[in-house]
Amino acid sequence: MTPVSAFSELLLVVSCIVGKDRIIFATKEDHETPSSAELVADDPDDPYEEQGLILPNGDINWNCPCLGGMASGPCGEQFKSAFSCFHYSTEEIKGSDCVDQFRAMQECMQKYPDLYPQEDENEEKEKSSKDLEATPMEASAAKEKKVSS
Amino acid sequence: EINPKLVESFLILSSFLLFHCLSSPTVLQCHHLRCPSRSLTSSGVPGKAGSNLLLYLIVGGTVTGTGAYVYRTLRENKERYTSRVATITTRSQEKASPSAPGARPEVPSHVPFLLIGGGTAAFAAARSIRARDPGARVLIVSEDPALPYMRPPLSKELWFSDDPDVTETLRFKQWNGKERSIYFQPPSFYVPVRDLPFVENGGVAVLCGKKVVHMDVRGNIVKLSDGTQISYDKCLIATGGSPRNLPAIERAGKDVQQRLTLFRKIEDFRSLEKISREVKSITIIGGGFLGSELACALGRRARTRGLEVIQLFPENGNMGKVLPEYLSNWTTEKVRREGVNVMPNAVVKSVSVCGNRLMIKLKDGRKVETDHIVAAVGLEPNVELAKSAGLEVDSDFGGFRVNAELQARSNIWVAGDAACFYDIKLGRRRVEHHDHAVVSGRLAGENMTGAAKPYWHQSMFWSDLGPNVGYEAIGLVDSSLPTVGVFAKATAKDTPKSATEQSGTGIRSESETEAEATEVHISPSFSPTPQVPKQGEDYGKGVIFYLRDKVVVGIVLWNIFNRMPIARKIIKDGEEHDDLNEVAKLFNIHED
Repeated sequence: MTPVSAFSELLLVVSCIVGKDRIIFATKEDHETPSSAELVADDPDDPYEEQGLILPNGDINWNCPCLGGMASGPCGEQFKSAFSCFHYSTEEIKGSDCVDQFRAMQECMQKYPDLYPQEDENEEKEKSSKDLEATPMEASAAKEKKVSS
Repeated sequence: EINPKLVESFLILSSFLLFHCLSSPTVLQCHHLRCPSRSLTSSGVPGKAGSNLLLYLIVGGTVTGTGAYVYRTLRENKERYTSRVATITTRSQEKASPSAPGARPEVPSHVPFLLIGGGTAAFAAARSIRARDPGARVLIVSEDPALPYMRPPLSKELWFSDDPDVTETLRFKQWNGKERSIYFQPPSFYVPVRDLPFVENGGVAVLCGKKVVHMDVRGNIVKLSDGTQISYDKCLIATGGSPRNLPAIERAGKDVQQRLTLFRKIEDFRSLEKISREVKSITIIGGGFLGSELACALGRRARTRGLEVIQLFPENGNMGKVLPEYLSNWTTEKVRREGVNVMPNAVVKSVSVCGNRLMIKLKDGRKVETDHIVAAVGLEPNVELAKSAGLEVDSDFGGFRVNAELQARSNIWVAGDAACFYDIKLGRRRVEHHDHAVVSGRLAGENMTGAAKPYWHQSMFWSDLGPNVGYEAIGLVDSSLPTVGVFAKATAKDTPKSATEQSGTGIRSESETEAEATEVHISPSFSPTPQVPKQGEDYGKGVIFYLRDKVVVGIVLWNIFNRMPIARKIIKDGEEHDDLNEVAKLFNIHED
């Protein structure tokens, strides 16, 4: 540790102890130096760890919370079969062999308009068609950003 | 080759995901006003999964045709589809009753999956079972007259709604500004109970307003209060808990009981909301999560409507059993600023009716006059079934004792408030929080369908007490443990209120960053001499580590958000750290 940083540490980190509880005040500068704390390396194959939509082995994780009620709702079976078909499709146009499954899913969903709302308003329609027309990657990336910020 | 139908399906699916899956990455999220981390990121699932799916589908859709084409196709086909669906609906209605409706019993005599209790844990389990077991038939038996709903908004967001009809709509605004209902799913999600054994792809049915009173574990049969018997293959007990009352109030007469709210359900929210508009003074007894949240919610009315809000509890400060004393005291000052008359160190001796008012006498001789009492003094897990089922109740924590896989017996699991489970990392526990109900319900559902997984993913919880105090926590957060708190001086933009006002843009200009840095430099509290901070402002934001045998077992994130995955990782590691200030650096407490 350089004398300068040692000095700033002394100056900027204020620590006190109230009974069993220790309190540290740290400035932005103090915390700008990289942390020396060591974390245990994660096991990528941890069988108990929660997984995202696609498991490390390429399978679909139907219990992913990101699916909301999709896989468990009244059209869960239709959704699963359509999405599996699409996911595993090896056709040149991916999913082009899944028309039947997608149709079944769609027919089911239309029976539950409050669970699977369609875009009825014209502006929403236009918006989504524009998004698709333009650059779909960017459009969805923008939405992702909006959600996660 | 462009296949219009395929394209259309992609469009519909992707637009669905856009409006459902993405806007609320999971139905069970905590639906927070502002903070995505409190959405179910608590579940630790990479938040991008939904977006990836969307991207996947949109890209898939556009490969087969341009957006304009998709749009046109959808329009042209819409009418045709509507009529086709109408036909299908009629057909399926005809098909749905192969035998005469009268031949079907109101309640099926056997169900593959029986969930006792209709709260968050049961709903999470149902969803998990359905996701993993194709066509699973799940019956929820719930004492509550309402379909499954989430409880946190009942003491949080619903009180801050601008809608005068909020007690009817039960809708609230999430962190992303979108409104949603406290109900997990609309009624059409569920299958009618009597149709459950017959519907083609199975489903979830809810038998509302019914109570399971007896369990025959050997025969795998339960009995309802009306005598109905149902046999099951797998059973989940998710009976939750009932609000405790104070012995001093229990001893008091009926006229006192009539002016008492034990807060737990939708009806309690409705009735307290009404009372808060009618009386002049409400006293909340209890300084924990529920008591403090309700005090702050009612405190706002104190200012707008002249309602007197008193909060009294035996501890020294709000959240005294959770937060270290200095932080608890600091919080109490903030709650007072919300318009609440906080009375710490108050133990109720007796309550009586005096004239037209209630008179609360405290052990130290103080007297409090009020019109209505809300007792928020904890939860008693509902374990009545233990006796007939021969299940073990934990003598320390209460609740059904289960193993790390939440299993009580071969075909019986327990989740939520009622489960006293073994946490491999932190030992035996019982947890009363929304996210725990989600996490444990989900895990029970997985294990009821053969996953054989232990409790591994730590649940979290959160609370807001007015605009200046918002925190999230994980693990064992108990004020009797030694703690190390690392704090940064907060600027005005760190508080929950301003975070909400920013409406999720998260982009900060350079000047703001500089302003923050300057403020830190000139702050008088950063003098080189160690001292006990005098000013309340000093605990604006930071991270508090709770230690047991030198290992971090609990973490509170104080006015900092979106850091839960780091906290979860540290608890999971269970390592000793020499310098927790170094660990605190991982949380970027000075950043937004």
